[in-house]
Amino acid sequence: MSAGIVSYGAYIPRYRIDVGEIARVWGADGEARSKSLAVYSKSVPGPDEDTATIAIEAARNALRRVNIDPKDIGAVFVGSESHPYVVKPTASIVAEAIGATPYLTAADYEFACKAGTTAIQTCMAMVKSGMIKYGLAIGADTSQGAPGDPLEYTASAGGAAYIIGKEGVIARINHTVSYTTDTPDFWRREGQKYPSHGGRFTGEPAYFKHIINCTKHLMESVGTKPSDYNYAVFHQPNGKFPMRVAKILGFTKEQITTGLLTPYIGNTYSGAVPLGLAAVLDVAKPGDRIIAVSFGSGAGSDAFDITVEDEIENYPRHMGPSVMELVENYKMVDYAIYAKFRRKIHLGV
Amino acid sequence: MRRVAIIGVGTTKFGELWDKSLRDIGIEAGIKAIEDANISGSDIDAIYVGNMSAGNFINQEHVAALIADYAGLAKRHIPATRVESACASGGLALRHGFMAVASGIHDIVVVGGAEKMTDVSGADATATLIMAADQEWEAFVGMTFPGLYAMMAVRHMYEYGTTKEQLAMVAVKNHRNGALNPNAQFRREIDLDTALNAPMIAYPLGLYDCSPVTDGASAVVLAPLEMAKKYTDTPIEIIGSGQASESLALHDREDICTMKSTVFAAREAYKMAGIMPSDVDVAEVHDCFTINEIIATEDLGFFKKGEGGKAVEEGLTERDGEIPVNTSGGLKAKGHPVGATGIAQAVEIVYQLRGEAGKRQVDGAEIGLAHNVGGTGATAVVHIMRRVN
Repeated sequence: MSAGIVSYGAYIPRYRIDVGEIARVWGADGEARSKSLAVYSKSVPGPDEDTATIAIEAARNALRRVNIDPKDIGAVFVGSESHPYVVKPTASIVAEAIGATPYLTAADYEFACKAGTTAIQTCMAMVKSGMIKYGLAIGADTSQGAPGDPLEYTASAGGAAYIIGKEGVIARINHTVSYTTDTPDFWRREGQKYPSHGGRFTGEPAYFKHIINCTKHLMESVGTKPSDYNYAVFHQPNGKFPMRVAKILGFTKEQITTGLLTPYIGNTYSGAVPLGLAAVLDVAKPGDRIIAVSFGSGAGSDAFDITVEDEIENYPRHMGPSVMELVENYKMVDYAIYAKFRRKIHLGV
Repeated sequence: MRRVAIIGVGTTKFGELWDKSLRDIGIEAGIKAIEDANISGSDIDAIYVGNMSAGNFINQEHVAALIADYAGLAKRHIPATRVESACASGGLALRHGFMAVASGIHDIVVVGGAEKMTDVSGADATATLIMAADQEWEAFVGMTFPGLYAMMAVRHMYEYGTTKEQLAMVAVKNHRNGALNPNAQFRREIDLDTALNAPMIAYPLGLYDCSPVTDGASAVVLAPLEMAKKYTDTPIEIIGSGQASESLALHDREDICTMKSTVFAAREAYKMAGIMPSDVDVAEVHDCFTINEIIATEDLGFFKKGEGGKAVEEGLTERDGEIPVNTSGGLKAKGHPVGATGIAQAVEIVYQLRGEAGKRQVDGAEIGLAHNVGGTGATAVVHIMRRVN
């Protein structure tokens, strides 16, 4: 029996900042910025939120919807590029918080924006092999953009958690493939506060090359074509890239709209595809086919071919907040508050 | 002095060549030129390479020997010389190759120009390029090239009534030409509104008034004219070569609406060629910023001082105009890999004089001119070429 999604949960911090507000501070044309990125606002983590708290919120929302003993979770993997500690795992904090300790394995993953989907793959393998009953895979980030850098308009926060297992599967993962090369399009070295990036180099040779090749590889392996899917979720560093990559691959705007959240919450990095997929699962019906393809700089893509099972009819989605509820429950802040929340203001002593 | 001809040309595509290194593009251009000239590596007596700042762009100096090595010439121990004069490095390399053949020291000389600029950030590229200005008097106080050329533009507008629209028309024309050049970085036309409403860089220069950051390489093969017919039916003779210098800092000049280096280099080249500016059928001029195409067409004697803007507006520099300027798309649309630019200009003139410029061909072009500038004009190099019948 193949592995699949037993439950999922999402979390998005409540604060938002408008792209125009960021542009105002830097003397840029906010309307033009917003249009060129196809992003209107981005989520901002509160002063007491970090990747660990976001991961825990998402994991708890996943557990609320399913009757699973946390002790049956044999593995917790948290994918992020903003783990609160360089040395000291986020995954152990999450495992403790949800009551899954101590008889489990746990680790943090980092692969820019795709570490969360890679965590899903690891859980699938462990479940399929019988090593564990359930695995918890989380993608969560409080991503960093240097003040004034183009990244600042989109770098946001959020995450989603997936419980992977064999029993009570609401969405079967039929197949997964990956595509990885050594492509330095975006990086952050030890001790560096903000990431560096290669400007336009992050596009064609990075995002597009990896997503296109990985998606084609998955569809060739499974024998599907774009029209076989009800929904498609692509990594979404901004609103433009996923729309363009969908068009190049032959997917329609209708297929990607449900899972496209970046225009309202920005780029949640490791949280992006997990959140987009969660938004699709919020509304999916039995028999729906979903393709989800992540991208992480550095660079690689993971692609998933998913079929929604009948079990989703019995699954109490309402026990946890839907992604759209989280998107729509927001409070706008200005740049000053944003700068304080993101610790861009250093208090003098 | 022997007469010198270009017997082969080659160029890479210009643009953001992320999957190619400096040595890759240098060799690609060189091999294309060698194949075009029907020579083999063993025929080459020397190579010259125009390169502005490989040390800052890719942390590699000593690039002439490097390219000779990777071209398979290391065991032949031929002289390999790098020539640097900022954005005029390519034009100056061509002049040194020309002098070496003319003097009788070498027979077959390959002259290349190459620059790999996209390995660094835009900010680092800007910081490297400003090294071509006066560090102590200009760069240290925050000056950038768009800023320096903007001052020239503002003064030109004040003195002669040149308009922002006329500057934009240079960009529109060069994009129209670039759209027809398969090797150009920007192969798309733009309209006047797009150019006028683009983000401001340094008043009055908007985004489309500025040439881009580009990777690219070009090469030519030189031979004594008497040997040229052995290799090609269409040798293009270099009939004039001129070079001049000027104060490095802009503020040390009496008049910033003219580049005396261009005036003097052109005078020398015209004299050597025995022609008048009105004899030129097609010209590639250094439009690093749109204002400089206007200033250059005046300083080269195509138009009276102050009338360059009007000339663009009247279409005199269009492909079917009185003096077609920058049929390649110029630095604006073809791209500006700084060390390669001077050679790329010569390559375009050779295509035009051979009648091989495709859709951008100027009918019956017999005499062509290439004008290459370093910095804000502290160096200018002018070459005049003619078809040999």
